[in-house]
Amino acid sequence: MSSSEINKNEVDIVIGALNADLTQFLNSWKPFFSGFHLIIVKDPELKDDLNIPEGFDVDVYSKPDIEKVVGAANATMFSGYSCRYFGYLVSKKKYIVSIDDDCVPAKDPKGVLVDAVSQHVTNLENPATPLFFNTLYDPYCEGADFVRGYPFSLRSGVPCAASCGLWLNLADLDAPTQALKTEQRNTSYVDAVMTVPLKAMLPISGINIAFNRELVGPALVPALRIAGEGKVRWETLEDVWCGMCLKHISDHLGYGVKTGLPYVWRNERGDAVESLRKKWEGMKLMEKSVPFFEALKLPESAVSVEDCVVELAKAVKEQLGSDDPAFTQAADAMVKWVQLWNSVNSSG
Amino acid sequence: MVDPANTVGLPVNPTPLLKDELDIVIPTIRNLDFLEMWRPFLQPYHLIIVQDGDPTKKIHVPEGYDYELYNRNDINRVLGPKASCISFKDSACRCFGYMVSKKKYIFTIDDDCFVAKDPSGKAVNALEQHIKNLLCPSTPLFFNTLYDPYREGADFVRGYPFSLREGVTTAVSHGLWLNIPDYDAPTQLVKPKERNTRYVDAVMTIPKGTLFPMCGMNLAFDRDLIGPAMYFGLMGDGQPIGRYDDMWAGWCIKVICDHLGLGVKTGLPYIYHSKASNPFVNLKKEYKGIFWQEEIIPFFQNAKLSKEATTVQQCYIELSKMVKEKLSSLDPYFDKLADAMVTWIEAWDELNPTAAAAANGKA
Repeated sequence: MSSSEINKNEVDIVIGALNADLTQFLNSWKPFFSGFHLIIVKDPELKDDLNIPEGFDVDVYSKPDIEKVVGAANATMFSGYSCRYFGYLVSKKKYIVSIDDDCVPAKDPKGVLVDAVSQHVTNLENPATPLFFNTLYDPYCEGADFVRGYPFSLRSGVPCAASCGLWLNLADLDAPTQALKTEQRNTSYVDAVMTVPLKAMLPISGINIAFNRELVGPALVPALRIAGEGKVRWETLEDVWCGMCLKHISDHLGYGVKTGLPYVWRNERGDAVESLRKKWEGMKLMEKSVPFFEALKLPESAVSVEDCVVELAKAVKEQLGSDDPAFTQAADAMVKWVQLWNSVNSSG
Repeated sequence: MVDPANTVGLPVNPTPLLKDELDIVIPTIRNLDFLEMWRPFLQPYHLIIVQDGDPTKKIHVPEGYDYELYNRNDINRVLGPKASCISFKDSACRCFGYMVSKKKYIFTIDDDCFVAKDPSGKAVNALEQHIKNLLCPSTPLFFNTLYDPYREGADFVRGYPFSLREGVTTAVSHGLWLNIPDYDAPTQLVKPKERNTRYVDAVMTIPKGTLFPMCGMNLAFDRDLIGPAMYFGLMGDGQPIGRYDDMWAGWCIKVICDHLGLGVKTGLPYIYHSKASNPFVNLKKEYKGIFWQEEIIPFFQNAKLSKEATTVQQCYIELSKMVKEKLSSLDPYFDKLADAMVTWIEAWDELNPTAAAAANGKA
């Protein structure tokens, strides 16, 4: 699906600004952001004014705006990388595409710049196939199809809730891995989109992601903050937690999550070794989360996304709350998030 | 459009991995000319050729290959009455080769599969890639978004639990095909000209609990770990169904691998598939399967093996009982198939006595 076929009125591009100077970032994305409405949310803890070049249709939200909508007490939910969730909250569009501000367009193996926005929207507009694995990956793309042995009753697929893109150059590795392999860069362009199967868990990265806001908006929860969370991805886990919740809820409601294309080119920022010096809380929290999500069964009565988030929060509090205060806080944040979502979106 | 690799002039691999631990099983009814193209990569290995169809026909094996060949008469001689479980006039007969092999690993390939080229134009050594896939762990318990984390240049992504980074042992490596894709008959009829030209440069583990359509055209597995479950069913002559042999095996092995904590990979390597079989003939063979698979899939998705089933054979026998119990009502064929599954295991254990006693994998 080319940029011309996408209904740009259905898409908001949400950028969390952790850097003040967005000139290079936005100018490099101009060919692909042009014609779209942008929501830029400034990290409330960022002191400098944002530098945004001309030529974009953009609404900018900073700390005072956030506080006006959610109240000063709740504004802390949207600090650091979590600032982008405020954009998800106030958007009125069907689809959201969200890219970290240290990423620029990647080139495909033919040397052509990748239109990540179009690819994400294409992924979202086409069905997902979580119930049976197709060995030729995305069966709906040009030149591919379902293979022999794929049940016909499953070939219409299910709605796609989220599209998780990837990264060339600096891949989304954790601090210990990147610190160990300081020179490692991702040069492998895997030309595929695929659906992550039902019940399979995965680490969803917030660096390059898109989702159907109308379908699953409330499930994108800004909830888990690790102690000492920082301004580089190596020092966060908010997106991974959000992704675990999103995948579980999507599985429960019969939606699909895709992974693969599009790639973005991710640049250097931060120092993995430096991040390693901080005690990496994330590791411990992930270890506890995995068996929790594996065993978790949302009740049949949870039929809306909001219900699912609330039930999930309850389960987190009950089963993980005693393990670490971060989980209790996450559960509370999830409930608060649903309340905010409903109050902000009830009038819209 | 995509072409096969030209391997003329390529030297035979001087360091063939697992040379004495791997057999290549090839079912054939026509000829083995395709092996000429594969020389650089396959010549060092021992072949087990399973000749289907007319046993009086002489199959010519290209010079330089070390092989053993079995035709229908040989199969009957080796198995006696148990030969009834081996299909006739269908490439499903290849599983006889798995049974008689004495090696740890099997690579099986169809006789219309040639060497593929990677995007740089280099000839793909499919066997070497399969071996790499088998020798390194799988990760079925948590999906890695950068695919195979053990590959050069890749790793586990942020958020991937550290406790799961050792992975599990890989039992099966499922390769793919450029040029003629493995489509079913209805799809072939609708898209006769479609060719797979997309080289997806990834190997990945199929998550636990997820079923997939396993194609036998380009497949490798650890015979010690999963061999007895690689029965390709009753197909072809005298049977109501064809072209579901590998599918059936794939559903069985996946349920068993999930139960025993073994991994199944899919993706690289690619081979170049040159021949499109006749879609009308295929439709007749597959016809019943298209309806039956709607019932069969939920059957396998819900199949739960007992804690006591700790060997592949035990798992397989349990599965055969479930097939008899739950699928016989679909068609009497499944009753026969369940019996054949048992016969297969009996034959396997007879031909492979030491393996029968040992518990393998973990429940």
